[in-house]
Amino acid sequence: MSEASPAKAYALHLGVIALLFLLSFLLPDYYHGLLARIMVLAVFAMGYNILFGYVGLLSLGHAMFFGAGLYGAGLAVIQLGWSVPAAMLSGIACGAVLALVIALLALRTTGVAFMIVTMMFAQVFYLLVLYFAAWTGGDQGMVVPQPARVLTFGATALDLTNPTVRYMTALALFSLMLLITLAIVRSRYGRVLVAIRENEERTKMLGYDTFSNKLAAVVVSGTICAASGAAYALLFGYVGSSFASVQYSILPLLWVLLGGAATTLGPLIGTLFMYYVIDITSGYTSAYLLIVGIALILLVLFFPKGILGSIRQRWLGWLP
Amino acid sequence: MHFGPHLLLAALEGLVTSAVLALTALGLSLVFGVMRVVNVAHGEFFMLGAVLAWAITTAIGGHPALGFLAALVIAPLIVGTIALIAEQLVLRRLNYNPEATIVATIGMLYIIQQLALTFYGPEARPVEPPFSYRILLPWFGYSGYKLSVIAASALLLIATWLVLTRTKIGLIMRATQYDSETAQAFGIPVDRVYGGVFALGAMLAAVAAVLIVPISQAHYLMGQDPLLLSFIVVIIGGLGSLRGTVVAAVLIGLSDGIISMFFSPTLAKIIATLLVAMVLVFRPQGLFGTVSR
Repeated sequence: MSEASPAKAYALHLGVIALLFLLSFLLPDYYHGLLARIMVLAVFAMGYNILFGYVGLLSLGHAMFFGAGLYGAGLAVIQLGWSVPAAMLSGIACGAVLALVIALLALRTTGVAFMIVTMMFAQVFYLLVLYFAAWTGGDQGMVVPQPARVLTFGATALDLTNPTVRYMTALALFSLMLLITLAIVRSRYGRVLVAIRENEERTKMLGYDTFSNKLAAVVVSGTICAASGAAYALLFGYVGSSFASVQYSILPLLWVLLGGAATTLGPLIGTLFMYYVIDITSGYTSAYLLIVGIALILLVLFFPKGILGSIRQRWLGWLP
Repeated sequence: MHFGPHLLLAALEGLVTSAVLALTALGLSLVFGVMRVVNVAHGEFFMLGAVLAWAITTAIGGHPALGFLAALVIAPLIVGTIALIAEQLVLRRLNYNPEATIVATIGMLYIIQQLALTFYGPEARPVEPPFSYRILLPWFGYSGYKLSVIAASALLLIATWLVLTRTKIGLIMRATQYDSETAQAFGIPVDRVYGGVFALGAMLAAVAAVLIVPISQAHYLMGQDPLLLSFIVVIIGGLGSLRGTVVAAVLIGLSDGIISMFFSPTLAKIIATLLVAMVLVFRPQGLFGTVSR
């Protein structure tokens, strides 16, 4: 992360966004839909990366933030009949409030206890979803009806079920979050987070309030994940409890590890790569969890820095 | 049935849960205490024990007791071997770094679960109990096998406690737990102790699973609940404390049995999980544990 390259970094990120924009016109239908989904889930991974990559806090409960966004938006549309923008804001707000509460409790612990506490809070969230099945649909989930997924600006109406609109909305969300992440990482605040990761005691000694910095990081991370969840509910129209299960806490960890922790583009690369690996291998076997498991073990054993992390170490030292 | 007998039945069911839980949690607690490794795949070793018990009893046939006894010996040995190999191939190379080992054991969890699904299938399969004697109480009949599970588990717990406190192996394990570097300096093969403890932890889970499988069937997803409950027990009891683990297992098992008989099991789980998370937040050394160094 050298100082001399802000232009280079921004050019690279804008280039990636432009490439994704162009791909919208080039990809066949199937991959077009898949990429839209991947971009939304990459936002989830980016939120996870803020906490895991930059602050070095390994959470095993981020599914609850994704779930808070998913249900915060989904329930607002289905049960309360809110409009799409209001539902999106409601999902994000739910995630932010939940993240604040969880952070105040979980940050009292460190290390292994932090992982277990976050996992348990996520489990409570998951069980609550099942318990209140009358509203949430339990493990069956709910479908957001097509007429509710229309965005109206005065006279023009954007139907989020239309593939192109969906892709562009996903891209807009992804681009916004990518640039926000980049700005955070390059800011003074981002550097304090990295300092906490590298040596918390020393950072404290230098006069930084590490607790409130970490608190802010959990809230930012949880809010970004909730934005991803809310967008998922509105764009793909399905709200189900499986998205709040332990597996969806592990997947962002896998994507970030694969793409490269503490790199801004790593979450996208990791999500993309994992989806395509599963897509290709599903032709041969239905045992995709086996691949997830093997990938996790191989990654921690041989590539703890992930794809972009290794590239940055070898060749491109300026990558943010 | 009146309230009293109902409560007694709930308490008995709770004690059976406690017995199995204490063994499983003890395995998790040993691995964490000695190696400082949080083994997320622990529940899968439990599941593997149950699935192997079904495979062994089916292969042997004949009188159910014969197959069951064979399973009680063979299944833990196989599971222990698998755990030992996993420890040598993966955990040792990670130098037992806490975060890396958690990620790696999550990987193991998925691999074991998926292989069980592929080779064993999605069905839940029963194992016949070795004997089907019913003890007649004044209000209801109760399965003699369930009572023998409680007895067997108590015996195994006492045996483990004796090994830990009265033998040289136990002394070596406790020395490694207390300070692995000094232990190494005194010529204790810490690497081999770690391998042995990891295998022993998995074997305890497997034994517990073999004991429970005649009561609840073998299924490839059956490892999830024991994993969570074991975490709860180990945390409440204090990480790495044997006495605390057993007390907490009885406490959790009994309250789980009683609460889920009178309230919804999901609600019971929500309350238990939330309480435990709060214990971890506000009293990280557990209710019975001492402050870690």
